[in-house]
Amino acid sequence: MSVVRVLRRLGVEVVYPRGQTCCGQPAFNSGFFDEARGVARHFMDVFEGGNYDHIVSPSGSCTTMVSHYYPFIFDENPDGRARSEDLAPRVREFSDFVVNVLGVNDLGARLGGKAVFHTGCHQRRELGVLEEPRELLRNVEGLDLLDWRNEELCCGFGGTFSVKMPDVSVAMADEKIKALDESGADTLVSCDSSCLMHLKGRLDRTGHQTRVLHLAQVLDGNGG
Amino acid sequence: METEKPARRRDTDDRRREGIASPVEGFNARAKNAVADAQLHDSIELFTNKSVAGRNAVLNALPEAPELRELAYHIKQETMANLDRYLGQMADAVEARGGNVFFAEDGEDVVRYIGDLARRRGAKVLAKSKSMATEEIELNRRLEEDYADLDLEIVETDLGEWIAQLAGDTPSHIVGPILHMNRRRITEVLSETAGEKLPPDVEALGSFARERLREKFLAADIGITGANFGVAETGTIATVTNEGNGRLVTSVPPVHVVVMGIEKLVPRFADLSVFVRLLARSGTGQKLTVYTNFVTGPRGPGEIDGAEEFHLILMDNGRSELLGTEFEEALYCIRCGACLNVCPVYRQTGGHAYGSTYSGPIGAVITPLLKGGKEAKDLPHPSSLCGACWEACPVGIPLHDLLLKLRNRQVDEGLAGKAQEIAFKGFEKGMSSPTLYNIGSKAARLAQKPAQKDGSIRPMPGPLGAWTNTRDLPPLAPKSFRELWKEGI
Repeated sequence: MSVVRVLRRLGVEVVYPRGQTCCGQPAFNSGFFDEARGVARHFMDVFEGGNYDHIVSPSGSCTTMVSHYYPFIFDENPDGRARSEDLAPRVREFSDFVVNVLGVNDLGARLGGKAVFHTGCHQRRELGVLEEPRELLRNVEGLDLLDWRNEELCCGFGGTFSVKMPDVSVAMADEKIKALDESGADTLVSCDSSCLMHLKGRLDRTGHQTRVLHLAQVLDGNGG
Repeated sequence: METEKPARRRDTDDRRREGIASPVEGFNARAKNAVADAQLHDSIELFTNKSVAGRNAVLNALPEAPELRELAYHIKQETMANLDRYLGQMADAVEARGGNVFFAEDGEDVVRYIGDLARRRGAKVLAKSKSMATEEIELNRRLEEDYADLDLEIVETDLGEWIAQLAGDTPSHIVGPILHMNRRRITEVLSETAGEKLPPDVEALGSFARERLREKFLAADIGITGANFGVAETGTIATVTNEGNGRLVTSVPPVHVVVMGIEKLVPRFADLSVFVRLLARSGTGQKLTVYTNFVTGPRGPGEIDGAEEFHLILMDNGRSELLGTEFEEALYCIRCGACLNVCPVYRQTGGHAYGSTYSGPIGAVITPLLKGGKEAKDLPHPSSLCGACWEACPVGIPLHDLLLKLRNRQVDEGLAGKAQEIAFKGFEKGMSSPTLYNIGSKAARLAQKPAQKDGSIRPMPGPLGAWTNTRDLPPLAPKSFRELWKEGI
């Protein structure tokens, strides 16, 4: 919702192709490449159809699946590879799109509080979109963006990893939460809903009151 | 009664074939204990934080680090493409200097070669410096068992390895073998060896170790080392150490045996200027380790040190099978341990949870590859695929991509289990059809109702329980984005 509102506010014509489902990452991460290719073909069918200028995703991880790992799984399939490589540069993570395509770094949003930002691992390492969300957050009035310890560590979600290896996954979340506590932040922001779902799930279970928001929700001025 | 046919036992293997038990249970069982061990957690945190901070500091101070990494990757790539030629060159160079070369297909070959050598030399004491290759093949145990009649005393001389050996323990990290032990435990182990209570300070423990190990260096009939690098053009073995024990092992005993994985080759001496600079920085955060040793063959005429006899064992043990495959990059590893230090999984579990000689991301990759078949099939899974390993790797091995390929290979080999096969077939079908997807998300919204409490999903049975036992699950929104879009937002 917030993504659509923010993009519209910036003058982008937003289309939601109704046939879309999922990028296929759960199957891919579990090693089911055939099945992931099936879902990828569906994704490409849907998004090739409209001849869109850009495909914006509110998730660094889903973006990476399409832009980096579609060419990877179609490595030995010339047709799929060509299609995925053609699509890849048009798929952009939300903050990357706002800052680097639209050239906007201040949305005039307002939100009181102290925030830390968690960069999803795909966004950090495959996409290298590190500064963009921070820049956007620094320009939010009233929001204090803090550093936190070992910021680069994974939150422990990892897709099916979170249910296949729950003990380690939760221990990883707890390490992040410890750093969050030490930082004194009352708000956690990320560009990846899956990281947020994982950390919020653990924060709530351990009695934390931390506010957990997607970057777009902050920029939408919607954060409460 | 022998004629009665026993009932078919439902052992673990049976259940795995039927896809009921998850193939990740080996790691999970070990990790559960590790995660609950607060003392272990503190020890790992101390070591990994220190290593990562040191590594970042020295690498940031080296502007050409990214170019070196790229160069290292390409040198290794070229080495693997011509490995047979370089191995031949290495062997010729060592023999030309009067050394002996032996190609070992597996651990058995290595054990036999060293055992027979010990017999021929009438050896009693074997002093070893730190070597993961010999850990990999359990050289010590097998020599003691297979050559029991020789009554060999095999002594690890790297301080950490020695303490592990005294404690009957195994290394839990490529570089810091006993990082899982704290000072209290180390004092305990050494005190038991000393037969008296030693004070728990580094100085006292260190000098006790020095005294004991010095006796062993002097008594050793054979010195055994690994190799950090082998230089094909000169036949030189390079080892890096911080304690100086490596230098004593290679120069005091009359015989020096090197056990080197065939992937440790570099073509030219000049290549070391790339790798040596990366290795210590990535592993321990040092610019160089305290000792960097180069040994080329036995003691030459007029030389004042070096062994009388020099043996180079080039060990394959599954490595050559990776050449030319999609897993070849796993052979580029220089065993610096950086991927372990940055791995968020390793940082929670330590090395023993992996149940293998090599742990962390590189262990998760090479253990199933070197062991082959269905061995270590849990290991490609303890990773959130965050890619920190790849980022830290000084030779640029895409470790998380290799883990993905290993998972894919398991699926192709039917090792992923029926339950997953059915689930992901269904996933593909559902996600390839907007209609099925819609029905699915509506059904999920209905199904979650009974489990909702105070706006969150409470613990649920079944596979979702793995999530909800320890974490809340946000309920799906009353209306999907698709529905809201349709209504016009």
